Amino acid sequence: MIEMQDVQKTYPNGVSALNGVSITIEDGEFVYLVGQSGAGKSTFIKLIFREEVATSGKIEVNGKDLLNMKWREVPLLRRDIGVVYQDFKLLPKLSVYENVAFALEVVEESPRHIRKRVMEVLDQVGLKNKARFIPDELSGGEQQRVAIARAIANYPKLLIADEPTGNLDPDTSWGIMKILEEINASGTTIIMATHSKDIVNTIKRRVIAIEGGLIVRDQHRGEYGYEA
Amino acid sequence: MTLASIAAVTTTLLLVATFLTIIMNINHIANSIEEDVEIKVLVDVTATEEETEQLGDELNQLEHVESIVFSSRDEELQNLMTSMGDQGSFWEMFEQDNPLNDVYVVKAQNPQDTEMIAQEIEGFNRVERVNYGQDIIQSLFTFNNFARNIGLVLIIALVFTAIFLISNTIKITIYARRKEIEIMKLVGATNWFIRWPFFVEGLLLGVLGSIIPIAILFSGYYYLNHSAGLDQFDFIQILPYHPFVWQLSGIVLLIGASIGIWGSVMSVRKFLKV
Repeated sequence: MIEMQDVQKTYPNGVSALNGVSITIEDGEFVYLVGQSGAGKSTFIKLIFREEVATSGKIEVNGKDLLNMKWREVPLLRRDIGVVYQDFKLLPKLSVYENVAFALEVVEESPRHIRKRVMEVLDQVGLKNKARFIPDELSGGEQQRVAIARAIANYPKLLIADEPTGNLDPDTSWGIMKILEEINASGTTIIMATHSKDIVNTIKRRVIAIEGGLIVRDQHRGEYGYEA
Repeated sequence: MTLASIAAVTTTLLLVATFLTIIMNINHIANSIEEDVEIKVLVDVTATEEETEQLGDELNQLEHVESIVFSSRDEELQNLMTSMGDQGSFWEMFEQDNPLNDVYVVKAQNPQDTEMIAQEIEGFNRVERVNYGQDIIQSLFTFNNFARNIGLVLIIALVFTAIFLISNTIKITIYARRKEIEIMKLVGATNWFIRWPFFVEGLLLGVLGSIIPIAILFSGYYYLNHSAGLDQFDFIQILPYHPFVWQLSGIVLLIGASIGIWGSVMSVRKFLKV
């Protein structure tokens, strides 16, 4: 699914965020990305859906070469990747239904398919009965579930979650993890950056630790490894 | 805010239309004056008929000449008498002893070449004098070029100002919608999918902005053409109402639409690079 070879990323302001990262992530894996703030996790994630372009090295996602990609090919790459953020990034004036439908309208699906698919994914995250609400009327956990519904609406092969439980209380976080596990079980590869020791140590999966722009640990069924 | 950019387009187009009307008419008038420029070659009165014919042959060999018409001294006298109207009869006394010269009227293919040709002719044998309104022609050409260039510079400056104003308006709209654009990009919208609403908005701003200038153009030029009294001066022939207003309206609409589209495309561009 993801293949990186000696990837380096230096930002225009001179900050060097990744200093030679090589990694392979297979189809269907569930990977935790851990490390201190500023270690390079966000850059790692941004490189995968090409919000940033690597300075050197080689990145292949879903068989596509990201360093030699034309601008107009980027949208096609992103249609295969769902992204979930800590701050949800929902549109506040649109209803839950419209927020999810938005992702499908953008890729120009037929209205009939959109209606059917939106209700399907809202059912999957347990929010079918709140389709008419606007984000402000929902709890944080519910808003994150809407964001997840939007991310998976387009059947992505890869779901990237950047601290999806960062703003949520523990109970709510477990609910989100349960949904992510279900999505992973259906075959979607998941990469999740997190600071939650509890989650990583309880739901044991592959752990990739980044420090100072380098991968310092890569363990299957690993531990969080930092003091929370 | 939207009203502000429509007003910006309206003002710009109004000025552009005014300038274009003036420039195109100056051009038209200048061209028709230039068309009338001719060289009168006065043949020496002592020249024999043969020598006169020989001069005609020499003139015929000149390059860049459109036409050469010979007018004998008798014809010249007739013309003079006709042009003087009632007082023309005074000249009848000269019919027996005509003091005028035979004349070759030479017209240059390109009016700008008139001076060059005239100077060449001055060197020919049996030429008494060459008349072509030397000073007037020079200042006419200078003025025409000056007017054209100034007008062009002003129009370009105006168009850029309007583009700047529109792109600012749309930038504000986009700024308000940047979260939406960011999410669109995240879920894989193509640039065109994101761009086209702004594209349409810009087009609409441009077209709406050109309505008032076109209306003013139609009524204003009608007045100029029919009631302003310009027809008293027969040397000022402004461009006829049809098809001029239609052509200029088309140009104004096109400029308006282009400014709108360009302004919007410029301002979306930097938001698309994510």
